[in-house]
Amino acid sequence: MMRGLWKLTWIEIKVFLREPLGAFGAIGLPVLVYIVFGRIAGHAFPTNAALASSGFLRVGLPVAASILIVLSAVLSLITIISIYREGGILKRLRATPLHPQTILAAHVFVKLILSAATLAVMLLVGRRYYPIGVHVPVFSFTLALLISTVSILSVGFVVASIVPTARFAQPIGAVVLYPMIAFSGLFAPIQSFPPVLRVLAQVLPLTYAVSLMQGIWNGDPWSAHLGDIAALALVFLVCTALSTKIFRWQ
Amino acid sequence: MPPVIQVTGVRKTYGRVVAVDDVSFAVNQGEIFGLIGPNGAGKTTTMECIEGLNKPDRGTISVLGLDPFRQSRKLQDRIGVQLQQAQLQKRIKVWEAVDLWASLYKSKALDARQLLEQLGLTDKRNAWFMNLSGGQKQRLFIALALINDPEVVFLDELTTGLDPQARRAIWDLVRGIRERGKTVFLTTHLMEEAERLCDRVAIIEHGRIIDIDTPKNLIDRHCPERTVVLTANDPAAADRFRAIPAVRSVTSVDHQFTISGVGDNLITAVIHCLSDNHIDVTEFRTILPNLEDVFLKLTGHSIRE
Repeated sequence: MMRGLWKLTWIEIKVFLREPLGAFGAIGLPVLVYIVFGRIAGHAFPTNAALASSGFLRVGLPVAASILIVLSAVLSLITIISIYREGGILKRLRATPLHPQTILAAHVFVKLILSAATLAVMLLVGRRYYPIGVHVPVFSFTLALLISTVSILSVGFVVASIVPTARFAQPIGAVVLYPMIAFSGLFAPIQSFPPVLRVLAQVLPLTYAVSLMQGIWNGDPWSAHLGDIAALALVFLVCTALSTKIFRWQ
Repeated sequence: MPPVIQVTGVRKTYGRVVAVDDVSFAVNQGEIFGLIGPNGAGKTTTMECIEGLNKPDRGTISVLGLDPFRQSRKLQDRIGVQLQQAQLQKRIKVWEAVDLWASLYKSKALDARQLLEQLGLTDKRNAWFMNLSGGQKQRLFIALALINDPEVVFLDELTTGLDPQARRAIWDLVRGIRERGKTVFLTTHLMEEAERLCDRVAIIEHGRIIDIDTPKNLIDRHCPERTVVLTANDPAAADRFRAIPAVRSVTSVDHQFTISGVGDNLITAVIHCLSDNHIDVTEFRTILPNLEDVFLKLTGHSIRE
């Protein structure tokens, strides 16, 4: 049934890109924002020395952009799943020899492929305007990003399982996902948080994703981030198990 | 030959609501079998149990000798399904949908181009689903239900919301499916549709099957009354009509007679009477009971209520 999976994935990509703002919203806009932010930051650190010492431009911005793309992909997944459920599209696909998991896997692949494309375009285009890290371990970072994305997507599936209607999907998804950014250590180190927030940060899956991606981007060895990987894997296992129990097809 | 679909003692509840209660019937190879009843009677629940999309609380179902749950994917490969109120991706093109569905089945798919041609969708190949009319969407769903050349086709409220012309076109398509030797299981709340299309129907209300038979037998058994309305300028006519054995009552208003009786031969008897007595007639029509009347008789209320 691999043929069905790839065909479904491909059609879902096409259908998504045909939406008004589909291609622009998913790829164009993030790239544009990235360049604008980068140029503003670049002007703030006019000399190479200042640039080199700027943690934000070297590490913060690419990782933040990656995280934001992952979160918007998860939010989009929640919305699409709930629209498909409400419209009976999920049910119609279930009335075929497809494995139910295959139907959902196709949506995960769509999000992974589109996120990867967005990031690739962003980093390539961004390079022309200002330098990002010189010795970025591209392969390792991609892997870290993949681990983080799959883990956060599984959280998205739990949300998609419980949102009552498509109308609520977007706001509920946003309320669940976006506040995590503030406490994940993306913009301020967790060590600087008051103790209560530090505890909060430790239970948010995004915290581990940020830590892993920042670390790998900086050139840390994988061995330094086994804890992050374990946490993300735990989130994935728990959320996947939960989704299979509570996911509604109609 | 064993029945294609065998349903025995199926019950399905949603919380405290009993949707389907102790439903049993069998569908034979090559027939169009209709499950008819008002909205909320349990038609869709019953059909989805048979399709393996909904698990009954009790009872057994066998389709093509398979268990719809334990052998779901094996079964899906051999049946075609059209769901009530299902949608597709808004911006999927007609040909993409057919192409996708063709790729999902192990069995050899039909030629997509030919299928779209038969369903009158060739011009719409590149149209997005959201831009199709109601009739075009239904025809596309029929195409998806037929693409794997299934042995049994399930059609749930296929023509609801369509205009009469589109409805008739769809009826012809469904008859075409039967002519290719397929078995068709459909639900409808339109009695005219059931009467014109189905070889046999099961009447369902409040989750229970009330009766199963051919439309003609149901009408003959439950509503044997026949009525002839005619206009004749003959003072002796009323007595002549009353003398016909099958006639139960004759009423007249201004030379228009309403002759009621029982049995198919009432009409012939009235015609013979007119001819034998040289009665000149300026108007002649018959009022025959239909499934709608059967439903009213069996349930005490109209199906539209």
